[in-house]
Amino acid sequence: MPKDQGIGASSKRREDVRFLTGRGVYTDDLSLHGQTHAVFVRSTVAHGRIKAIDTAAAAAMPGVLAVFTGEDFKDMGGNPAGWLINSRNGEPMREPKRPVLAHGKVRHVGDAYAAVVAETFQQAKDAAQQLADDSDIEELPAIVDMAAALADSSNRVHDEIPDNQCFDWGWIEDNRAAVDAAIKAAPHVTTLELVNNRLVPNAMEPRASIGEYFPGTGDYKLTTTSQNPHLHRLLIAAFVMGMPENKLTVVAPDVGGGFGSKIYHYGEEAVVLAAAKKLARPVRWTAERSESFLSDAHGRDHVTKIELACEKDGTFIAFRTETMANVGAYLSNFSTATPTFLHGTLMAGPYKVPNVYVNVKTVFTNTAPVDAYRGAGRPEATFSLERVIDKMCRELGLDPFEVRRKNLLTKDMFPYTTPVGLAYDTGDYHATLDKAMAMADVAGFEARRAESAKKGKLRGMGLSTWIEACGIAPSNLVGVLGSRVGLYDAATVRVNATGNISVMTGAHSHGQGHETVFAQIVAEKLGVPEASVEIVHGDTSKIPFGMGSYGSRSLAVCGSAMNRAVDKIIAKGKKIAAHMLEAAEDDITFENGNFSVAGTDKAKSFGEIAFSAYVPHNYPLETLEPGLEETAFYDPANFTYPAGAYICEVEVDPDTGKVDVAAFYCADDFGNVMNPMIVEGQVHGGVGQGIGQALCENTSYDESGQLLSGSYMDYAMPRADDVPFYNVDYSCQTPCTHNPLGVKGCGEAGAIGSPPAVVNAVIDALHRGGHTHVTHIDMPVSPSRVWSAING
Amino acid sequence: MTKVTMTVNGATVSGEVEGRTLLSSFLREGLALTGTHVGCDTSQCGACVVHVDGKAVKSCTAFAVDLDGASVTTIEGMANADGSLGVVQQAFQDHHGLQCGFCTPGMVMSAAALLAENSKPTEAEVRHYLEGNICRCTGYHNIIKAVLAASGQDVSGIAAE
Repeated sequence: MPKDQGIGASSKRREDVRFLTGRGVYTDDLSLHGQTHAVFVRSTVAHGRIKAIDTAAAAAMPGVLAVFTGEDFKDMGGNPAGWLINSRNGEPMREPKRPVLAHGKVRHVGDAYAAVVAETFQQAKDAAQQLADDSDIEELPAIVDMAAALADSSNRVHDEIPDNQCFDWGWIEDNRAAVDAAIKAAPHVTTLELVNNRLVPNAMEPRASIGEYFPGTGDYKLTTTSQNPHLHRLLIAAFVMGMPENKLTVVAPDVGGGFGSKIYHYGEEAVVLAAAKKLARPVRWTAERSESFLSDAHGRDHVTKIELACEKDGTFIAFRTETMANVGAYLSNFSTATPTFLHGTLMAGPYKVPNVYVNVKTVFTNTAPVDAYRGAGRPEATFSLERVIDKMCRELGLDPFEVRRKNLLTKDMFPYTTPVGLAYDTGDYHATLDKAMAMADVAGFEARRAESAKKGKLRGMGLSTWIEACGIAPSNLVGVLGSRVGLYDAATVRVNATGNISVMTGAHSHGQGHETVFAQIVAEKLGVPEASVEIVHGDTSKIPFGMGSYGSRSLAVCGSAMNRAVDKIIAKGKKIAAHMLEAAEDDITFENGNFSVAGTDKAKSFGEIAFSAYVPHNYPLETLEPGLEETAFYDPANFTYPAGAYICEVEVDPDTGKVDVAAFYCADDFGNVMNPMIVEGQVHGGVGQGIGQALCENTSYDESGQLLSGSYMDYAMPRADDVPFYNVDYSCQTPCTHNPLGVKGCGEAGAIGSPPAVVNAVIDALHRGGHTHVTHIDMPVSPSRVWSAING
Repeated sequence: MTKVTMTVNGATVSGEVEGRTLLSSFLREGLALTGTHVGCDTSQCGACVVHVDGKAVKSCTAFAVDLDGASVTTIEGMANADGSLGVVQQAFQDHHGLQCGFCTPGMVMSAAALLAENSKPTEAEVRHYLEGNICRCTGYHNIIKAVLAASGQDVSGIAAE
């Protein structure tokens, strides 16, 4: 009998009722007294020198209250990169200033260089067009292709960076010689060159910000679409605008998806705050979708050559990769960590492989900044590995399932330190592989293939065995790796006098369902009904601190902080109970919501303890404080390492090249599962995005740096009829050994594991269909690419 | 400015609108019915779907001035009279058919319009009908399941082992 509440129950989401009735409150839903509207003027060229901006005509237009250009912000600080990466030669990365508004040069189509604030949105829009017309920008040759950017020192995205390179990183440099030698001596080497296609995150709610300034106190307030309000506060206050953190409140109300794109601080947020101060009125801005395409941080965009050295029986000897990673025109906040420590450290996969070396060159181009998007570096690592393994199997005539089985780490090998610096705490990769194969009925494939063939379709099956490092992140480790912040989290548990509970968490829910799951955990631990626990998030004035939600960290890190705060509540409750029951504290036990004296029938309920804490009429005040509220910080000892096996079956129409995903199977190990319904939903969403990357989505710039895929007319988002039902299993559970709930992250898994399973299935279908000359097709594996590959 | 009068969620409402005022803007800014969301500028995402005279319409692609006398239902008008969730809404909660909630109003309105036309749609019919509603969170799995469930069909066997 499944539980109906608490840990492990599929509790229905409490947040759903407001979303289903139109009562959610997203940033753009707020309407403030005296509000004004900002519209940004964005570059229409990829690369240009700003020669003059004549603001006079725009400023004189009806309703216009203020006009801003880059000149107004040139003395403010730059929006920083969060990780300092050193090149192989020891030089620190090149970190050009990222201004609030472009100044001197514009560096990508969509780069905002001016803004208008007016009484109405339409007035601001009209004046912004006037300002664009009155801007003299000399177009310069665009730098779009990464290899060309590195080769040409004469044309520079940033004038001070001659070869457009941010850094040339080796991981681990000490492995390099041994890997080179191993590859040279290996009986077989498979080489694959591939592109990990650039994606636009496309949270369905566009970015939005409302700036407020309160002249009476000098306080600012920013309401914005953020995955991590405290990080926004830190970046804006300490780095960009130079104000005390305690004078800025950042609120992220209901947020309509993030997928990474709302982690980062963007210039628009500083502009609405500065404008609010200047006008002493609220200033609001909501991106149109076209602006989102042009200015949200994009994802992926790697060009990689990977080599796999192995024995003739498929036993791995070494992996070596050379990657060019596009960072776009400026360094977004996590952009330097994504292709390095979220990518290179995963290049051993879940495998026994003695030698791994990764080289990553990051390149500035005249394109939108690129940063972490669901999975962030780990999908790129997984795709490279799983594709090259598949290619090797074909070259050597080996079974891809057996090759995985031969090379996967076995469960007796944990803890296991990889050649690329991670220490996997636990796992059972054979169990998830076996589970996936059973779910997918691998033995029955040939019959299904024959059925497809009768319809003229080519059927194929693809496998991916994936691992990731998430639960970001142990501060002591990331500090060594170059992070400029700690990545712990915090929570406050406040038991009110009437026994109900408010939990202030540093996690931010923008779809994940924390309000439900976190309440399940607290309710279970304190023996109270879920309905009596309220989860508060997304407001720096209410919660103690937090690094927010990304990197599948909410439960593993923020949930652990909350768990620790609950433990402190129980400890304090025992002190109070000992006083009330006239017993020794050590004799008090807590179970099912009751504090009891062991071995007696003397007990106090949780509610009685709470009430007493706030009505302390006879407390020994020297030893017992009134109140029942505890705060805890939690810094993880390690990443968590979810892993799994994904199997995809596709049908390819050889006449049109169209690929249909016929079936998709996921066997994942997320450790302990708090709410199965929500975990399944996270995997569904990740797989949907992964299929989107594999089959549909592509961000395309032409050679002049114009974005060709700048709307939903051109950028192919996966739609309901592009995907199947997904078969999801999470019954293989090896609980995380170092966090109190034994949980691993599940938010990014689907997006990490699925793209190579899809592409491997397509290649398999083509091979079984006799098109054995096709060894690889870059994503998105669109009908035209498949047709061309078949007929090429 | 032109005065328009329409029935929105059963109530008669009036407002002065410009010729260019979209129905979505009229609902959100004029009537404070912010449940109708705007997720794109090309009439693709479907977050803004409402019912106009019983038909699903993308409210970002309709001018308010053209709808004088129309009857409009938004997500705010979909609950039962006692405030409990309507059948489609309840199915979305029961089957976890939403995550961030932003596309949800449009999904519910489109799904309700489908079921009004076709009371027992197949999976393929549901997927095809919702092609104009983009969701980035759910991979559509639980949305399709919820719509099938709202139509009274047994969904317990979907992707079950």
